[in-house]
Amino acid sequence: MDTTLTRRSFIEQIMGLPISVHVRGPQAGSAEVADAVDTVFAELRLVDALFSPFRPDSLVSAVNRGEPVSDPLLDAVTDLCAQARERTDGYFDATLPDPSGGTRFDPSGLVKGWGLERAAARLAGHEAYVSGGGDMVLRGSWRVGIEDPSRPDRLLTAIEVADCAVATSGGAHRGAHIIDPHTSAPAIGLRSVTVIGPSLTWADVYATAAVARGPQAVVWLAGLPGYEALLVRDNGDLLATPGWPR
Amino acid sequence: MRRITMWFVATVAVVVLLFSYRTSTMGTTAPAAAAGAGAPGIVSGSTSDSAAAGPPDNSASTSGSGSTSGSTSGSGSTSGSTSGSTGNLVVNGSVAQTRWGPVQVQVHITSGKITEVTALQVPSGNHRDIEINSYAVPQLRSEVLAAQSATIDVVSGATVTSDGYLESLQAALDSAHFKG
Repeated sequence: MDTTLTRRSFIEQIMGLPISVHVRGPQAGSAEVADAVDTVFAELRLVDALFSPFRPDSLVSAVNRGEPVSDPLLDAVTDLCAQARERTDGYFDATLPDPSGGTRFDPSGLVKGWGLERAAARLAGHEAYVSGGGDMVLRGSWRVGIEDPSRPDRLLTAIEVADCAVATSGGAHRGAHIIDPHTSAPAIGLRSVTVIGPSLTWADVYATAAVARGPQAVVWLAGLPGYEALLVRDNGDLLATPGWPR
Repeated sequence: MRRITMWFVATVAVVVLLFSYRTSTMGTTAPAAAAGAGAPGIVSGSTSDSAAAGPPDNSASTSGSGSTSGSTSGSGSTSGSTSGSTGNLVVNGSVAQTRWGPVQVQVHITSGKITEVTALQVPSGNHRDIEINSYAVPQLRSEVLAAQSATIDVVSGATVTSDGYLESLQAALDSAHFKG
């Protein structure tokens, strides 16, 4: 697709994240596309309202107050969190220790990717991407720059990928914020992990779990069918799975 | 003769490393003080040693702590002369510092032939490190500068928060196509 054809971006702040939607092609400037993008943002606002641990009226807050909650989306997320824990050998865990000594349910680490994936489905048939804070769903072929975690104004590399999801986890912008659930200590050894694959839900879960797991996660990532990864170690060295595009 | 033996044991250590690691990249093998597994030198032998066989050149680690039999050879100094070693010898190699950590082997020599090689020290978690290392991609580093000038559509990075958005590369890409 000739990029001199119309391309349009849309930006909103949702879930505390900058959400960027780009649509490319002759229809990019149409009202139809603008309406479709509105439904993307509406979907993300709904996901935030249901699952934000910071909103007292969210399903997650109700669960943590011990209230009985029946909701098909909550059931879906709860199931995915259980799957994520299993697939990552426990390095992704939505059950977090509470300051009071108990535990609380916080599916935020999964809901972001899952929500973006659901929302991006509203753009089916368009050449577009939906990115939320550096995690994205791509439809059509796009050139993705991978941020250097030690210098976020620079790129480590750029790859051209099509019809897939890209997620990066790490502590570049907020310090060490990923905890190893097995030790309850901040994860060490990796500055960032970028995962590419068919689903943003899983690319994001795998990237987060890999940061918690440390450098040996590259061996685990290499065994995940359909997903490839680029890892940046604390000393700046790079690791990649054999199928990483280069 | 003993110098030759020590050199030989050091060579054995390197050979053991090469076989166990299956990789061609070796770090430097500069000897270092034994970390505790065993002082370098002959730890037992049927050829008797004089107790003061020359000045010790490895004074920090010559206490003979790594003995595996009752007949340690006094100071364990690796220099000095001794008579021909035609009997049974047990020799600790010097500690080889590899990129994966210190490695030291002990060699049993009977009638001039190696009959047994055991590892006194191996780097902890070395197999994991080597496995990880096999995924290294140093060539990507040379692409760093090229990527700066490449035209890109979107940036993937560790969670950009709303606070950091305005300074991000993504913000620049968004503004280039934003029509309000």
